[in-house]
Amino acid sequence: MNVVTPFEGIGASVRRKEDLRFLSGRGQYTDDINRPGQAYASILRSPHAHATIGGIDIAAARAMPGVVAIFTGADMPDLGGIPCGWQIHNKDGSPMAEPMHPVLAVDKARFVGDAVAVVIAETKAQARDAAEAIEVDYAVLPAVSTVTAATAPGAPLVHDAVAGNICYDWHIGDKAINEAAFAGAAKVVEFDLVNNRLIPNAMEPRAAIGDFDRTTDEYTLYTTSQNPHVIRLLMGAFVLHLPEHKLRVVAPDVGGGFGSKIFHYAEEAIVTWAAGRVCRPVKWTCERTESFMSDAHGRDHVSKARLALDANGKFLALHVQTLANMGAYLSTFATSVPTYLYATLLAGVYTTPSIYAEVKAVFTNTVPVDAYRGAGRPEATFLLERLVDVAARETGIDRIEIRRRNFIPSDAFPYQTPVALQYDSGDYQTTLDAALETAGWASFEERRAEAATRGRLRGIGISTYVEACGIAPSAVVGALGARAGLYEVGTIRVHPTGSVTVLTGTHSHGQGHETTLAQLVTDRLGVPLAQVDVVHGDTAKIPFGMGTYGSRSLAVGGSAMVKAMDKIVAKARRIAAHLMEASVEDVEFDRGTFRVAGTDKTKSWGEICLTAYVPHNYPIEEIEPGLDETAFYDPKNFTYPGGAHICEVEIEPETGITTVVNFTAVDDVGRVINPMIVEGQVQGGVCQGIGQALLEACVYDAEGQLVSGSYMDYQMPRANDLPMVSVATHVTLCTHNPLGVKGCGEVGAIGSPPAVINAVVDALKDYGVRHIEMPATAAKIWGIINAGHRLAAE
Amino acid sequence: MPQVTLTVNGKTSTVEVEGRTLLVELLREKLRLTGTHVGCDTSQCGACVVHVDGESVKACTVLAVQADGTQVTTIEGLAKADGTLHPMQEAFREYHALQCGFCTPGMVMSAIDLVQKHPAGLSEKEIREGLEGNLCRCTGYHNIVKAIAAAQEVMHGRVQTLALAGD
Ligand code: FES
Ligand code: FES
Repeated sequence: MNVVTPFEGIGASVRRKEDLRFLSGRGQYTDDINRPGQAYASILRSPHAHATIGGIDIAAARAMPGVVAIFTGADMPDLGGIPCGWQIHNKDGSPMAEPMHPVLAVDKARFVGDAVAVVIAETKAQARDAAEAIEVDYAVLPAVSTVTAATAPGAPLVHDAVAGNICYDWHIGDKAINEAAFAGAAKVVEFDLVNNRLIPNAMEPRAAIGDFDRTTDEYTLYTTSQNPHVIRLLMGAFVLHLPEHKLRVVAPDVGGGFGSKIFHYAEEAIVTWAAGRVCRPVKWTCERTESFMSDAHGRDHVSKARLALDANGKFLALHVQTLANMGAYLSTFATSVPTYLYATLLAGVYTTPSIYAEVKAVFTNTVPVDAYRGAGRPEATFLLERLVDVAARETGIDRIEIRRRNFIPSDAFPYQTPVALQYDSGDYQTTLDAALETAGWASFEERRAEAATRGRLRGIGISTYVEACGIAPSAVVGALGARAGLYEVGTIRVHPTGSVTVLTGTHSHGQGHETTLAQLVTDRLGVPLAQVDVVHGDTAKIPFGMGTYGSRSLAVGGSAMVKAMDKIVAKARRIAAHLMEASVEDVEFDRGTFRVAGTDKTKSWGEICLTAYVPHNYPIEEIEPGLDETAFYDPKNFTYPGGAHICEVEIEPETGITTVVNFTAVDDVGRVINPMIVEGQVQGGVCQGIGQALLEACVYDAEGQLVSGSYMDYQMPRANDLPMVSVATHVTLCTHNPLGVKGCGEVGAIGSPPAVINAVVDALKDYGVRHIEMPATAAKIWGIINAGHRLAAE
Repeated sequence: MPQVTLTVNGKTSTVEVEGRTLLVELLREKLRLTGTHVGCDTSQCGACVVHVDGESVKACTVLAVQADGTQVTTIEGLAKADGTLHPMQEAFREYHALQCGFCTPGMVMSAIDLVQKHPAGLSEKEIREGLEGNLCRCTGYHNIVKAIAAAQEVMHGRVQTLALAGD
């Protein structure tokens, strides 16, 4: 005890504490949990994208072996709808359209996969068999699956009361100033693009177990969630009408989320409610085929962009119009993604003085669309970084040079953008220089020439980006329509022998919080890492919390822990002062040792902890016993990670196959707590971005059938599709949180897609290609090459 | 109902199963060995890989009855009785080759079989090709490839101890 352990503190690549259980098969994911006497739920889903439900005949299914109960929407008249957590207002100030999202579809099914009925049975197989025996009288209606189809005149309506399928028609920025800037521009670059719809595909399918204790009237939900307290609030207050003290939500080990496990899903309410009805635990585990048609999807924007430049290539104004697909219902944070997480990022790293963005959110007969790794920021970055490349080409200015000319200079921080955000810190020239150097940008043409001797088309692309993490402050997001606060909660529980339990309201589903958050404690309190445990994911253990998304865990959750540790140290110093008969002001604390300044009088961490709990010699009138503190931290601003990503590709002209041969990421994620984990987060994010750029496409046909509904049709990146990813960091500290951290979970997925597409377009520069929509599949590229329009080499 | 007798991680069990019960269901639900995961229903993710008679197998594609009389090793059976990790497990930890841990058991079991089948050693490209049947959504595979490259040296006895990843 009391050993100063600098190599386990901030900045150390400590190997992860959680790995031992995962590597030996002792992780406990939701589907690994079994409750005594549990029954199994199977959900009957609509095979039609749009259909009225005339009637549901359960008689035959009810008589099948093992069936305990069957419920339809008609059995749940008292339940509320699945709520949306963010209200957006239209240009005219009126609120968005917010149609009811019933737990089980009542009179209409609105997407393929919409839940229509649930069977509870003794075994999983019996539940599934019975669900197949339910007869639903559907009358199929015409459907819309794309924003373009849904906004066409006379398009079928997803919700009868929502005219034109428009959820909201929102804008940000000053239109008049913007128009004036365009009028005076030397050059205007216009560009249309799509941000392809994705299916998140965390490897652990969703699962939920509802449990009801008749002796206490308490419900417990075990669920694959990134934010158990948020689920308790949404499901308890809005859907099931259960008070918090009668509802416990446990999110145990969770096998990846990437946003898709933020949201409150109908199945969570179904199993919890059903457990009360049948007085047995009810378990539901999603099959992958069901995941494809029921997990919230991501992205799906169609945009028009215009950039005004002066004669020197300085950006004067940006105008963006975007149609964003919401799917059939509003998922928890869906409405905030194309607005406050997207349009507010359209300044990027540039000094563009005027930005005007108009966003229409559109209902379609598809799975709800919501935040997926990066949420809005990848869409903004892709638009901007493609647009800048196109502008470079059309003005004849080098693509690095045009970026440099427009960068926000490093001495301009804090920098107020024209779209609401105030960036606190950054150094875009330096991250760019470092990336160019690492990637060998200057010698690229040699590699291009060498590749040409092998018959390959080689290209290089760059993106320079900024994003916004740790969404906050609560007062600001509240004013913008958020229906929740976005603070975080941390408890530091020091035990009598000096070991520490951290209770955090954030949730780890791959990020390694059990290690990183423990490192904060080791660094500050000097307690060895082995004696610090981080507990998360259980509303019965943790005071409160908003969970993990938007790279907020360290910036917001870690800051709450720092605040709680401040309280611990303040109290411990008072105890130490008493024991050493000194005044509190004279007691210094440094990683495990209390010292009277300028003397050799010391007390160890262990002595103070013991004294706090065994208060024999103790100022009991002035200080309460115990050493256990909780803090709520509300951030002062977003954090703004940024950086430069460079991608090099080779295309095989005979097949159109693109191989990413080099990828360099230099990111400013603020202070780095565990470099190994940061690298891993960036590598993973970059590879998801490469997946979006080259492989992944969620496709619906015109009737609203999900065409890419399995791993045979939806191309997940496999090991052989991906490169090694070179990751480096260049740190500027966040100026407004106590750790100086910014966040690293999403930067990879935000910065990489435009770098990849810019490289592909560069590789095809002799083919007259202005743009290629994602994913840039082999088929698309082969088509371009074989259209036979190769231009004379420049 | 059919009976199946098999030896899992050195322990022989006889269990009653339905004809349609999959090996992975037998492991997870009858024997409560939940380290073997299920990530898909089309045999494409590899989260369920175990060794049957020494060969890596997707346990979601094998009926429990087909495993009658076999020796099965799951992720729970890899470490020695004293807790010493298999070199592949150790390498995954050292090289940060796992994040959420969900793909990890299948990834480790596949990797061990892959290395065992290539005593001459595998290049980066061969490792990537060899992982064709295993999906990981978190890591981007970079560190998985490095971990396997390091573990193969130990498994083939070319080095005594695992090369460290550095900081
Ligand atoms: S569970 Fe996906 S391959 Fe077996
Ligand atoms: S570590 Fe999460 S899927 Fe591989």
